[in-house]
Amino acid sequence: MINQRSFFFNVDWISIMLFISLIAIGWFSIYAAVYNENAIYIIDFSTNSGKQLLFIMVAIIIGVVILLLDSKFFYVLSPVFYGVTIVLLVAVLLIGRNVGGNQAWIPIGSFRLQPSEFAKWATSLLLARYISSLTGKLNDFRNVLPAAAILLFPMFLIMLQPDTGSALVFVALIFVLYREGLSPYFLFAGFMMVVLFIGTLLFTKMIVIAAISIVMACIIYYAYKKNKRIIATTIATFILSLVFILSVDFVYNNVLQAHQKTRIDLLLGLINDPRGAGYNVNQSKIAIGSGGLLGRGYLQGTQTKFNFVPEQSTDFIFCTIGEEWGFAGTATVISLYLFLILRLIHIAERQRSSFSRIYGYAVACILFCHFFINIGMTVGLVPVIGIPLPFISYGGSSLISFTVLLFILLKLDANRMGII
Amino acid sequence: MDSFFSRKYVIQAIFIAITLTLLLRIFYIQVVDDQYLLSANNNVLRRLIIYPARGIILDRNLKVLAQNEPVYDLMVIPGQVAPFDTLAFCSLIAISKTQFDKQFIKAKKYSLYRASVFEKQLSAKTSAGLQERLFEYPGFYVQNRSVRYYPDSTAAQFLGYIGEVNDREIEKSGSFYNKGDYIGKSGIEKSYEDLLRGQRGVRNIMVDVHNREKGRFFEGKYDTLAVSGDNLIASLDKRIQLMGEQLMRNKIGSIVAIEPETGEILAFVSSPGYDPNMMVGRQRGNNYMKLLDDSNKPMFIRPTQAEYPPGSIFKIINALVAQQFQTIDYNTIYSCPGGYRYGYRGFMKCTHVHGSLNLIGAIQESCNTYFGYTYAKMVDKSGLRPINGFRKWREAVSKFGIGGKLDIDLPGERKGLLPTAELYTKRWKSERWGSGFNISLSIGQGELGITPLQMANVVAIVANRGFYYKPHLIKAIGAKKIIRPEFTQKNYVGIDTQYFSPVIEGMSRVVKQGTAYYSKINDIEMCGKTGTVQNPHGENHSVFFAFAPRNNPKIAIAVVVENAGYGATWSAPIASLLVEKYLKDSISRPKYYTDRLLKANLLPKKPIPLASKRVKDSLRLVFIKDSLKKLPETKNSNAKPKDTLKRNLTIKTPKKLLDTLRKNIPQKNLKKEKDSLKKYISTKKSKTITDTLTKK
Repeated sequence: MINQRSFFFNVDWISIMLFISLIAIGWFSIYAAVYNENAIYIIDFSTNSGKQLLFIMVAIIIGVVILLLDSKFFYVLSPVFYGVTIVLLVAVLLIGRNVGGNQAWIPIGSFRLQPSEFAKWATSLLLARYISSLTGKLNDFRNVLPAAAILLFPMFLIMLQPDTGSALVFVALIFVLYREGLSPYFLFAGFMMVVLFIGTLLFTKMIVIAAISIVMACIIYYAYKKNKRIIATTIATFILSLVFILSVDFVYNNVLQAHQKTRIDLLLGLINDPRGAGYNVNQSKIAIGSGGLLGRGYLQGTQTKFNFVPEQSTDFIFCTIGEEWGFAGTATVISLYLFLILRLIHIAERQRSSFSRIYGYAVACILFCHFFINIGMTVGLVPVIGIPLPFISYGGSSLISFTVLLFILLKLDANRMGII
Repeated sequence: MDSFFSRKYVIQAIFIAITLTLLLRIFYIQVVDDQYLLSANNNVLRRLIIYPARGIILDRNLKVLAQNEPVYDLMVIPGQVAPFDTLAFCSLIAISKTQFDKQFIKAKKYSLYRASVFEKQLSAKTSAGLQERLFEYPGFYVQNRSVRYYPDSTAAQFLGYIGEVNDREIEKSGSFYNKGDYIGKSGIEKSYEDLLRGQRGVRNIMVDVHNREKGRFFEGKYDTLAVSGDNLIASLDKRIQLMGEQLMRNKIGSIVAIEPETGEILAFVSSPGYDPNMMVGRQRGNNYMKLLDDSNKPMFIRPTQAEYPPGSIFKIINALVAQQFQTIDYNTIYSCPGGYRYGYRGFMKCTHVHGSLNLIGAIQESCNTYFGYTYAKMVDKSGLRPINGFRKWREAVSKFGIGGKLDIDLPGERKGLLPTAELYTKRWKSERWGSGFNISLSIGQGELGITPLQMANVVAIVANRGFYYKPHLIKAIGAKKIIRPEFTQKNYVGIDTQYFSPVIEGMSRVVKQGTAYYSKINDIEMCGKTGTVQNPHGENHSVFFAFAPRNNPKIAIAVVVENAGYGATWSAPIASLLVEKYLKDSISRPKYYTDRLLKANLLPKKPIPLASKRVKDSLRLVFIKDSLKKLPETKNSNAKPKDTLKRNLTIKTPKKLLDTLRKNIPQKNLKKEKDSLKKYISTKKSKTITDTLTKK
């Protein structure tokens, strides 16, 4: 057993400070987003900022509780968490409340529970437990399959809601698998798919096929004498690419929903509709872009104050930061995130147990995925995907779930010298 | 440590690379590209124009002539309009659905994102009801503006009116005006537009996503205040202006009264007039068309635009010029046998057989013969060739402001007509002509066109004994009471002061015991001259001008009543009443005296044919003249002087001729006729039939 003093000494205070900074920035931004000059009370539990204060307190309490729990608790109970989450994900499809087209919430009293948020850490825990228990390589097909199943099952259930954004986050866990030995070919394949998908939408199929043909030909030409395997791989890649390219249209037209197609088209500049479908992104860009170097001043952003950006305290909270604090503010927030994520990777790497390490990577990847998609969406780099900005966006489920996600890692880290 | 440890660097590198991409993108849109700041400002910023109060126009006693009243314009920004219950909206502002559609399409055509006026000048009541429910209709808002109000409905042609700017005016102003702005269109409102309009202010406000006002942009740092227009003090005296308008009711004509010692115009009556308030408000368009269609042309500013042969009042000028030329002196006597005989068979009839008359008597009796001799002597016996004698005479007359603009501060002034020697040379195809060829000029008939303003100015010159100030309508501008410098300069007419004495004596006798005896005012010595202007297409024009009192004159007045008859019957009494009212502020004459004038209806019984062309009186003259050219036989058969010359020089218009003429002009050719007519005037000026018939 570890005494109280050394326990707190062992907790990674740098991460805690970053966590607190982001939560604080989040609360002030939400306050600015819902700011109303006529309201007198700063803490008013009927507004988003007031409620968020409540969520923050709950999240911190939960965080402390997690730190006080036994670290074996998470390893042992991870299948239970996963099981419960799956049950909740199924339940939400049956009894959930439909908000904005997504059947993602289970109402409990006056609050709503979003099981997909909890699925992130439950899945991460089980994934960590499974991979850490493996003896063979992850490259082995028999080993990858269960790992993929653990990942894809909740993802599939979330897709049914349909909440593509939350489901997409699970894709980020591919980095975890990569770290644990998955062939880099999967990363490469994922990258190729994105490139080919965008390429096919932007240009005609023939141009894309011609382009990859040339690239592949060059690779074969240079690798011919050195490595015969590469030729085989390249040809395989080429064939798969062709299949992919030819299926893009089908996927695009039959798998994606209409609004998703529109968002992709808007991003790629294939359609221009700043007053209709493109309104959100356009106003978001205007808000961030109008911030300039130093911003318009706290509570002075006109885009924010006068509600030009919809979903401003949740998914588009970054606009408020961009508009009122300018590039100084956005760069600071982005730096804080990058710092936190790199710190988490550092923490992960210093773990003795592979369970903790894998879980650490999962946390880092999930946070990064949220961070990138959310900010990328507000500046028009990524199609509009409704996922929150960790620790900053308004919302109890997401805040608590991210806190749990983070604090489990911090707990594991604090106990890294112990035996799990 | 495991075998894939190095992969941590790959993952970190990917994360860092992606984050840097994000940062670069954000740096670009925040710092490099500034279009977003503009867009953000466009989102929230609304420029509201604050219209300043237009300057008020006061009369010389600081009584209000034109002031402002608030109205409410309904504005629309079509791009912000969301679907709504159109019918409910229409009933709120009391318009029909078709009107609504029409207006909306118009607004849309102008701009989707800029405000345009949807419905003008809602009443306070309508706008109050509308404003309560305006939140239901995004894209619409109410803008406050003030419109003109003319408390006494007086001096319409003097004050003019304001109206929406048209495209040409916008262009001319260098886009100073915006569509829907108001601008002075005529009268004082036009000529003093720059001063009256003031400076527009701008209020920058912020609106939220629902277009609700959310306060001022940058605490009003970029706002400007509206500066009210300058107030103008008109020279007009509302008392006599109103009285003049009453007296001129149901008559066509003008009154112009000038204060001789300043050139300030005291009364400016153009009849028929109209209520200037007709040109304000939602019925403005209809009223405007009604006024345009009125055959008596109320929109025609007669005091400065109607040109008449002056008739006998012109003898005053000839008397002065002749004395200055030493052609006659006050004691020169001519004998009147009942007319002036000239040339081969020329004869200019006089009203009576006057016998021997000196200058004073000739003026008092308005003897045509006397002035026939005088004019003939001036032109033919000046020691120059007659054509040069005429030129010299013309030069002297033009100094009285005849045949040229007086540059009154009112738009659309006409210069009238004082014929040049070249006109006659061209007409007779020879330079060898003399007084006999235009003898009618001696008595103010013939090729003369003089506006009532010019008449009043002439009598002001007489009152001043030799000079005038430019007649003007605005005596002071703004709070500092600025007077334009050109209005304080004396303009001498080149007649020595002593020559005015006999003329003034004669004019005094005109009122005391002469033609205008009926218009004598107790206690005031008024000096005047009547005129009865012949025109071939109707009754004579009644003309009178006068000043009073004889010493230290305070008012000079000219009155023209078209087709009314003798000057002494109508114009002189009207003038005398106004003079008395102005000098004594009361009327000593019995009630029947004024009643006769007030009740008289001297409007044409039926619309005059070609009434649309009744721009100036001489037009009709030319028209008839034109037709006569086709009928040389008629002319020959009328060659006998006795038949042709009835009363002075008048030719009675061959009635048959007019009738055939009317029949011969199909309606659709009217426009063509009109054009050819105008062309004819511009080339030939007006040739009167009088001369043609008497000479040939």
